[in-house]
Amino acid sequence: MHPETSPLDVADDALDDDVPRDLSARPVGSDRVFVGVTRGVGVLVFVIVTAIGLFLGLQSAPTFAHYGFSFLTESRWLPSQDIIGIASVALGTVQVAIIALVLAIPLALGTALFITDWSPEKWRAGLTSAVDLMAAVPGIVFGLWVLLLVQPHATHVTHWISKHFGWIPFLEVHTDVDYPIWNQAPGYPSYAGSAAIAAIAVAAMIFPMATSVMREVFAQAPAGEKEAALALGGTRWAVVRNVVLPFGKSGIIGGSMLALGRALGETISVVLVINQAFELKIRALESGTSTISALIATGYKEASPAQLSALLTAGFLLFVVTLVVNTLAAGVVARARSGAVSEL
Amino acid sequence: MSARTLTPAAETPASTQGPVAETLRQTRSTTRDDRIALAGAVLASLATTWLLYTQVLPLSGRLGFIIVWYAVFIAYFAGLTALTRPWPIVADRIATILVVAAPVIVGAALASAVLSTVIEGFEPLMHANFYVDDMSGVQGDDAFDKGGLLHAIAGTVIQMSIAVAIAMPLGLLTAIFTAEVGGKMANTVRSVIEAMTAMPSVVAGLFIYTVWLVYLGQQTSGFAASLALAIMALPIMARASDVVLRVVPGGLREASYALGATRWQTVWHVVLPTARPALATALILGVARAVGETSPLLLTSGASTYFNANPFSEPMNSLPLYIYSSASSGIPQMAERANAAAAVLLVVVLTLFTTARLIARRKGARG
Repeated sequence: MHPETSPLDVADDALDDDVPRDLSARPVGSDRVFVGVTRGVGVLVFVIVTAIGLFLGLQSAPTFAHYGFSFLTESRWLPSQDIIGIASVALGTVQVAIIALVLAIPLALGTALFITDWSPEKWRAGLTSAVDLMAAVPGIVFGLWVLLLVQPHATHVTHWISKHFGWIPFLEVHTDVDYPIWNQAPGYPSYAGSAAIAAIAVAAMIFPMATSVMREVFAQAPAGEKEAALALGGTRWAVVRNVVLPFGKSGIIGGSMLALGRALGETISVVLVINQAFELKIRALESGTSTISALIATGYKEASPAQLSALLTAGFLLFVVTLVVNTLAAGVVARARSGAVSEL
Repeated sequence: MSARTLTPAAETPASTQGPVAETLRQTRSTTRDDRIALAGAVLASLATTWLLYTQVLPLSGRLGFIIVWYAVFIAYFAGLTALTRPWPIVADRIATILVVAAPVIVGAALASAVLSTVIEGFEPLMHANFYVDDMSGVQGDDAFDKGGLLHAIAGTVIQMSIAVAIAMPLGLLTAIFTAEVGGKMANTVRSVIEAMTAMPSVVAGLFIYTVWLVYLGQQTSGFAASLALAIMALPIMARASDVVLRVVPGGLREASYALGATRWQTVWHVVLPTARPALATALILGVARAVGETSPLLLTSGASTYFNANPFSEPMNSLPLYIYSSASSGIPQMAERANAAAAVLLVVVLTLFTTARLIARRKGARG
């Protein structure tokens, strides 16, 4: 902006006239409309979204006024007697989510590693697409698949586990385990519709998300270090163990947590598979459990206004827990993506 | 796989002809040893598992057979490799078996999920009336030449159209606000939207149920379902679009401003055209995700058995809801119809997904 001393012979008074141009840009009409409209919509969406959040949050006031603290500790859900509480569904939610993680994360880890480090170069785009496509498969389809196809096979496995590891409280089933499964009443009532079987459907739902986060981080593992490990005579596993996995650790953790956030809210596949029961129990292989989202999906109809507030409060709690998990996960993944690439 | 790999033949440098084009050494070939060890381990483990499973141990179930076979297979293959190879290579082989198993299991699960819907729902799918009839007056155990899911398909199309008509413009404009206009307010909006993507879809449904149906006393209708879907999809679309818009290189914007363009001209002529393929992909994937959502519909739309094209009155069915209510009815014929409807829903999702991919590929934009 400042005029340099010019080699030309310029009159001094001409320079004196040269004042800096006023740079304040007054927006033209179209810009004012553009900024106004987008800001208006942005604020509108902000208001709507905040109102929803506040509405859900404020429902906890009537809920706790009506049911008191026992809303959190009561495990039964008896709308007709107005005895309701979310202890058992909260436990069920955590159980289903954790079992789903146990099933899905090793598979996601293996698949992500396979895509980045084992598969031939030309398969990679296709495999990545396939994982993305799986993310678009509706939950109801996986629910149907588990209910009709997987459950009859999976109950054999859960029966075997409960028979041999039933001394672990978590894996116990209150039934006569020595009774062969094909000899039990139709539909293996003691094993069907358990938290573990519902978790299979949830695992199918969360697998793609975990895989794509892990794959993205693994793909950024520094090529120089990988080549260095290979040049030192390392096998592929040595490369993965010493370069890719340490580099992608936060991707694994972040991806798993994002998957956990998704698993907590998964509704319809769980509703379809479980035998709903409001019982505080940790026996994950035994028939009968419930989750918060399944409770909402099935309990809204016969709810009185107070019970509706209670359901909204339960939904709000689920939302807050998911939000916390997602936020932590986003932080972890962002750290992974910010590139801790070591220089070579 | 290792330094012991045999190099391909025909590498003797001909000294008479000067430099010969070198063939790249194959670093990943397997030796005959490896192949024989693999085949042997497969056969031996199958035999052992069969013996254990049917003769020795009181086990049952096909899934169990596969699990036991896999464990035995790892043990045999590791043992066979250890006979001739040092430990690092054995570890590599075990790791490979474990890693390769993951996509195989998932692929088998996905394939069986897709195929089972088609196979189990094959009979209804073969009847033309399945696509042009509704379920009014049809009993659950009626033959498949009666009834269909026209009402559900129409409901899904109507509900999704309204939801997209609400969520997409709002989401896109919000994204333009957060990504292009900027400022403190924009950052707040962005964080709130990001937070809202954590809302489980069933809670969106419950919110609409409470406000629209209970407090405002409206009927269950297709429009209520559209509202729930829109609430669910809005944050997802806004966030995905925001991410896509922020990837547009800042240099393009600066070049546009340097040419004297206004902000509106820059957004309309530079930013949006640049981001268009990626935006379309993000939005279509948002639609694909919303179209299969069941729980918001369960609470809001009601499930009619008859055709209803009016979203503002009377209950309205939809594909996911039809699948859910048929599958949970406990009638075998309805379970078959549920599978057939799931196959139709999968075709819808697959079409959306393929469209998104084609758009993304056309300009080589990153989705």
